[in-house]
Amino acid sequence: MPVPILKQGHYLVASIQDALSDGEVLELQENLLKQIGEFRARGIIVDVAAMDVIDSFASRSLRTVALTTRLRGAEMVIVGIQPDVAFAMVRFGLYMDDINTALDLEEGLEFLDRWIAERADADEG
Amino acid sequence: MIAMQHDEVTLMQAPRTDGDDSCLPELVSHLRDNRTRLREEWAQRITDAQLLGAMSEEEIFSEVTSVFDKYVDTLETGSVESLQEYAEDLSERIIPRGVETHEVLGIVLLLRDVLARSLFQKYQENFELLNRVLDAYEPAANRIAVIVGVSFVHERERVIGQQQATIRELSTPVLQVRERLLALPIIGELDSQRAAQLTEQLLNAVRRNRARVVVIDITGVPSVDKNVANHLVQTVRACRLMGAAVLVTGLSSDIARTLVTLGVDLSMMDTVGDLQGGIEEAERLLGYEVRKAQAASPEDKG
Repeated sequence: MPVPILKQGHYLVASIQDALSDGEVLELQENLLKQIGEFRARGIIVDVAAMDVIDSFASRSLRTVALTTRLRGAEMVIVGIQPDVAFAMVRFGLYMDDINTALDLEEGLEFLDRWIAERADADEG
Repeated sequence: MIAMQHDEVTLMQAPRTDGDDSCLPELVSHLRDNRTRLREEWAQRITDAQLLGAMSEEEIFSEVTSVFDKYVDTLETGSVESLQEYAEDLSERIIPRGVETHEVLGIVLLLRDVLARSLFQKYQENFELLNRVLDAYEPAANRIAVIVGVSFVHERERVIGQQQATIRELSTPVLQVRERLLALPIIGELDSQRAAQLTEQLLNAVRRNRARVVVIDITGVPSVDKNVANHLVQTVRACRLMGAAVLVTGLSSDIARTLVTLGVDLSMMDTVGDLQGGIEEAERLLGYEVRKAQAASPEDKG
């Protein structure tokens, strides 16, 4: 089942409900990048709260989406990484240092609001 | 530990199969008849040797009596369970009072010597009989000494293990300073096991308290080497994955110099001089503005 992508104002919200196969990861990546252009989205939130494992392929794919999103003038934030998943990820060296993360959906929305406000300030200045 | 005990017990048991058991009843009744004298002599020798300094003479005497009786029982029946149980119980009572391993071994060996001397004295006319009695006595006595010593060490290891667990639990409190702000003061050495446990606790606290900033204070960490630094970096990264920023505070100038010399890359870690500075910086990040109540009031009036 493909990951549903919801449009919420200027943002796209992809909520991953289950462990993803590599194929599904690629499909999600493609759909997200397509819809940014389609809806002129300013930000993407990927909710991974339901994922028990984030392996190197998944984290690399998410990172690719985030960096591509940035090139298209939007920002992506990953939310809902569970404590033990976070611990396992650093153990395996999957840091995602250059990617935005937030605790949950609410925090993610707040982060994007703040990011857009800062951009607007910078543009004015 | 238990397995090792049994191994040693079997080892010491081996010489007993020489058919000298016939001497044991005689030996036991001799010890029973002279109970009072031998017991006193033993207690006297313990005091002379300045063992068990942590205990009063009455206490020593009452323990001596119990140990003596158990000792003779064990010689008689060959069953070590009640002695072992008693030794563990005794260890549990005396370990908190600072009794050392050498003292425990010392007193058991003294008892062995006291009893052996009394046997020499009794059978000095008949060397052959003395030999047979000693053949029966020595393995049993050595076995008892081993059991008491091992029980003591075993009990001590158990106590130490328990204390270590307690210290581990105590030493990593995750404190909420303000809404969305956690502080983690680390006290004591950080090893891999502790670092892992600490990270796990912190990550769970980040989720529970919905923390956005965490201040890790390492003023209480005596030394920071490459491993500790790497543990810290891992903790910082794991927190970041959960959306919390981390400030590390309390790096002393010595530690900072060591890290630079070691070439540890801490570029992804935000550091602030001390805990106060860390908390202030965290408040700033969270958008708090802290003012003195006094300073604010005249303005209100005016």
